[in-house]
Amino acid sequence: MRTDDLIDQLAADPRAIPAGAVQRRFAGVAAAAALAALVMVLAWLGTRPDLMDAMAGRMFWMKATYTALLGVAGFWALERLARPDGAPRKALLFGALVLAVFVGLGLGQWLAADPEHRRLMMMGGSWKVCCRNILALALPGLAATLVVLRGMAPTRPALTGFAAGAFAGGVAATVYGLHCGESTMVFVGTWYTLGVLGTGLLGAVAGKWALRW
Amino acid sequence: MTETEAALKALMLLGLDGDAPAYRLLLSQLGGRLRVYFERRMRDAPGDVEDLVQETLMAVHTRRATYDRAQPFTPWAFALARYKLIDHWRRRKVRATVPIDDYVEVLAAYAPEPGSAMDLDRALETLPERQRNLVRDVKIQGLSLAQAGERAGVSEGAAKVALHRALRSLGERMRGRADG
Repeated sequence: MRTDDLIDQLAADPRAIPAGAVQRRFAGVAAAAALAALVMVLAWLGTRPDLMDAMAGRMFWMKATYTALLGVAGFWALERLARPDGAPRKALLFGALVLAVFVGLGLGQWLAADPEHRRLMMMGGSWKVCCRNILALALPGLAATLVVLRGMAPTRPALTGFAAGAFAGGVAATVYGLHCGESTMVFVGTWYTLGVLGTGLLGAVAGKWALRW
Repeated sequence: MTETEAALKALMLLGLDGDAPAYRLLLSQLGGRLRVYFERRMRDAPGDVEDLVQETLMAVHTRRATYDRAQPFTPWAFALARYKLIDHWRRRKVRATVPIDDYVEVLAAYAPEPGSAMDLDRALETLPERQRNLVRDVKIQGLSLAQAGERAGVSEGAAKVALHRALRSLGERMRGRADG
């Protein structure tokens, strides 16, 4: 085909693109990912029995804030990485800072505790399944994020896939708080963090393969 | 350069709002610049230049939602072009981190092969006279396309097309010789 003909053809389809189209699409994915994780919690894991009491307490919201901020960092990084010339530095630094602050606080609390309580604080009653559950809850969101990204223009597939995983993992971990009754910062700082980072790793591997265009 | 950026960005913003004539103008203006960009970087495969121009224009169109209206337009468009170029090299199994034209230029500057000039002359001799003169005028003597076209008695556009054909067949002949 001649280039002029191609240009005629492309210019014949000038559908208007609203400002903020990228952000809007990822916001839609976040809502869908949260809904999918919620359905999985309700149908598969069940909510924690003391949910109403827990929601009146501080720790429930600390957990939710931490994982939601990890999701926000992922969203921000994606909003940059979806563009061919996007610089994700600030978003990644923000994510690292959120992680460092929360893990640091958790470690402080843990070190200040009585040594005989430390093991229970770290392992809780569900450390074996925490990462796995977060990863499972994040899968629909991760898949949706990768599908949306394929229509955009990421030029760094592995890093973009990692951001997609952190984004989906953050959303899923926040919803997982409705099921999980663990209430120490060191537990959340360890196992929730590993769940989100694990989803990021999975996203990076999938992205390397799925985000070529 | 900055004036060009301002003009292209204005056209892009109009295009994003659904203005078809502005968008068509943007694509054709950008197409010309992309052609120069790829020609400079793909002297080894001039036949693929037009394919890459078209692939990039298509990416500009289908992925235009990823353009951030607050940012300059040119870096966005050429980031797409760069991605397409690297992808092209990857498919041809050339190391994407080594720009091939730099490599050729370095070789030409520091280790000129004694035979290469003779080979070029011999390959040139096999071209039709009009094409041969065009190649000599533009690529060796450094005349502009308009000047070379005037000497050959054709328009600038015709000279450009003829030169493109000449370079392609020249490349094929020289490659054929190297293989044989």
